[in-house]
Amino acid sequence: MGPEPAWLEQRLLFFTGKGGTGKSTMAAATALLAARNGRRVLLVDVDSKGSSARLLEHAGVGYTPVDVQPGVRAMAMDTEKSLREYLKLQLKVPMVGRVGPVAHAFEFVATAAPGVKEILTIGKIAWEAREAIEGRADHDMVVVDAAASGHVVAQLSAPQTIRDLADVGPLRAQTDWMIDLLSDAAITSVNIVTTPEEMPVAETIELVDHIRNETQVHLGAVVVNRVLPELFTHRDEATFEALRKPDVAARLVAEVGSGVNAVLDGARLAVELRRARAEHLERLRETVALPLLYVPYQFGGGEGIRTTRRIAGALSDELGL
Amino acid sequence: MSAPAPTPARRVTDRPETSRLVSLLTGKEIVVCCGSGGVGKTSVAAALALAAAEQRDGKVLVLTVDPARRLATALGIEGIGNLERQVDPELLRAAGIDARAEVWAAMLDTKQSWDALVLRHAPDDQTAYRILHNRLYDNLTARFVQSHDYIAIERLFELHNEGKYDLIIVDTPPSRNAVDFLDAPSRMREFFGGRLLRWLTLPYRVGGGRGARVISVASRPFYQIADRLIGSRFLEEIANFFLNFQSMYDGFVTRANAVEQLLRDRRTTFAVVTTLEAAPLHEAEEFFTELAARRLQLGALVCNRVLPDYFVAPDALAAARDLDARADALGDEIAANDGGSVTELAASADVRRVLHTVATSFRDFSLVGAQEHQLRADLARVPDVTVTVPMRTADVSDVEGLAWIARRMLGRTEGDGDSATDATATGTPA
Repeated sequence: MGPEPAWLEQRLLFFTGKGGTGKSTMAAATALLAARNGRRVLLVDVDSKGSSARLLEHAGVGYTPVDVQPGVRAMAMDTEKSLREYLKLQLKVPMVGRVGPVAHAFEFVATAAPGVKEILTIGKIAWEAREAIEGRADHDMVVVDAAASGHVVAQLSAPQTIRDLADVGPLRAQTDWMIDLLSDAAITSVNIVTTPEEMPVAETIELVDHIRNETQVHLGAVVVNRVLPELFTHRDEATFEALRKPDVAARLVAEVGSGVNAVLDGARLAVELRRARAEHLERLRETVALPLLYVPYQFGGGEGIRTTRRIAGALSDELGL
Repeated sequence: MSAPAPTPARRVTDRPETSRLVSLLTGKEIVVCCGSGGVGKTSVAAALALAAAEQRDGKVLVLTVDPARRLATALGIEGIGNLERQVDPELLRAAGIDARAEVWAAMLDTKQSWDALVLRHAPDDQTAYRILHNRLYDNLTARFVQSHDYIAIERLFELHNEGKYDLIIVDTPPSRNAVDFLDAPSRMREFFGGRLLRWLTLPYRVGGGRGARVISVASRPFYQIADRLIGSRFLEEIANFFLNFQSMYDGFVTRANAVEQLLRDRRTTFAVVTTLEAAPLHEAEEFFTELAARRLQLGALVCNRVLPDYFVAPDALAAARDLDARADALGDEIAANDGGSVTELAASADVRRVLHTVATSFRDFSLVGAQEHQLRADLARVPDVTVTVPMRTADVSDVEGLAWIARRMLGRTEGDGDSATDATATGTPA
């Protein structure tokens, strides 16, 4: 069961998940896939660890979007720059000269005040999506390599938080259109990347709950990364076990050398790894009630554009494109 | 602590890296486990505690931050907040751990630790109450950059100061960057000791009284902008909160200094945990650099979930190629001649297919194995102690799983109940 075919036609796709599951890879691959299908994509790296640059083989990405692949432009979030841009565009506040101390003080307040930093992140993203919808941007859609599970809810719910906290002021006035845009399932979805392992699955299940209860953003799909292939059917596995019996194994050793024992062990390990993970997948399937997209484990894939392309291909297959 | 003179470490192979790990675990008082998210840091930290318990006397504590629920339950610390609990010695024995030391475990409850900190440093109950019940407080403690990092170190400091434990092994919180942990005390000091805080709260001091609109010259532009952005009531709330918080300044800064000192102490060492994959290794290497820059001591590198060596053994690779090339002929022959053990179940087409699959799977995993080897070889600098923990097919969610890791860090494989879960037990060595 894949997500509704309109997945790639949305304007704003968030990717989140536990650290180490490959959310940056999935965001970059989705950007490539969308570009391959004729869309112009803005890829936003929220944690600005520079991973999107690495995954798409680009020297470096800053706040100003740059072309990283045909049809894909990328930018890294920077809340201070986002504030500056906002003040300039919305309030016509001249920041030059005074920006130093003000930005520092702002950083300070934003640290303590709920939602301020988050609104600058989500506000910039929503703004780029709105520009795309209204045809004023160089892109048609925004793909976000969002914060990891621990922080993403605060970001997605920032407009609501600000509306509840700030009594007046333009920030509050700005939250209405953001909430509309973020809660529109035809426009926006948040997608969770996970792997078929205990902790990532447990965190995904918790995160789905948090997103459902604390945000108004539509959950798109859970992308299950690093799925190992099923080697054998039940019947073939019985045959495989028979091949590992001493007399048969001895015959194989006589034919192809003693190294064959390790080859058989390797297959056994592969079967067990797959089996251990299957349980977690089962739990995920039963619990989250969301479309799951499976992306196979990339043997010897490494990190870079080659792997990102392969994963885009796998996603494309899953979506039936 | 009633044991007689320490006996030499037992049942440890004489590989130099293993004995050096043992000397770390016996000679240090604090081991901080760091690394990228998803590499198995928590399990490795807990397993190090088990390994240490075999090698030394006294009490060993593992302070975990966010353990999987099953693991927390197995350690007996699920849902007990900040309390420390002894791991049942019977469980350790059953898992094949011959513990000399007591093993204790604790989980970090961030909220509870913050509250304790405020109660300790607030000048009076009223101020403490005002801080703890301010709606900004929860947000600050939950989201302040490195709040979790700082509170983990703070708790470590507290536990170390109590002097109840001979060795404390700490699992670090998942951070955007592993180095955030190292900078947490100085960030905290900056936060509370910075001129900015005083600058920000100045207008309210000068003006005296709530809601005073007397604003100092220095902060005027900020207040003007902030006022326009978020409104004055919210702004006032923020300023009042900081004013209260500032009363804890001295206590906090002194504390942060002491906490930082503890990280630098020679009795403290760092263990970097990684898998042999590009991104976590990249972070591990950055961590080496940052530790060196701060003159902190890098004690060990733990490579976790490493594929068995046999995947890169030349004879095994040759056998896999051969098997693939001759699968059809071999399949027919086995199906025809094997006195029933295979043919009962399978026709020759089945045997052929299975042999192909076996060979292909091996070659797939060999690619990963080769990559792991290359990545390890490419590590520019590695600490003296580098230990490898093989891939385990079963989850590490009980004391037995931790014991399994502990044994491998100590270079032993005997005593496993379930060799089926051991990727190296039956493999042909490289």
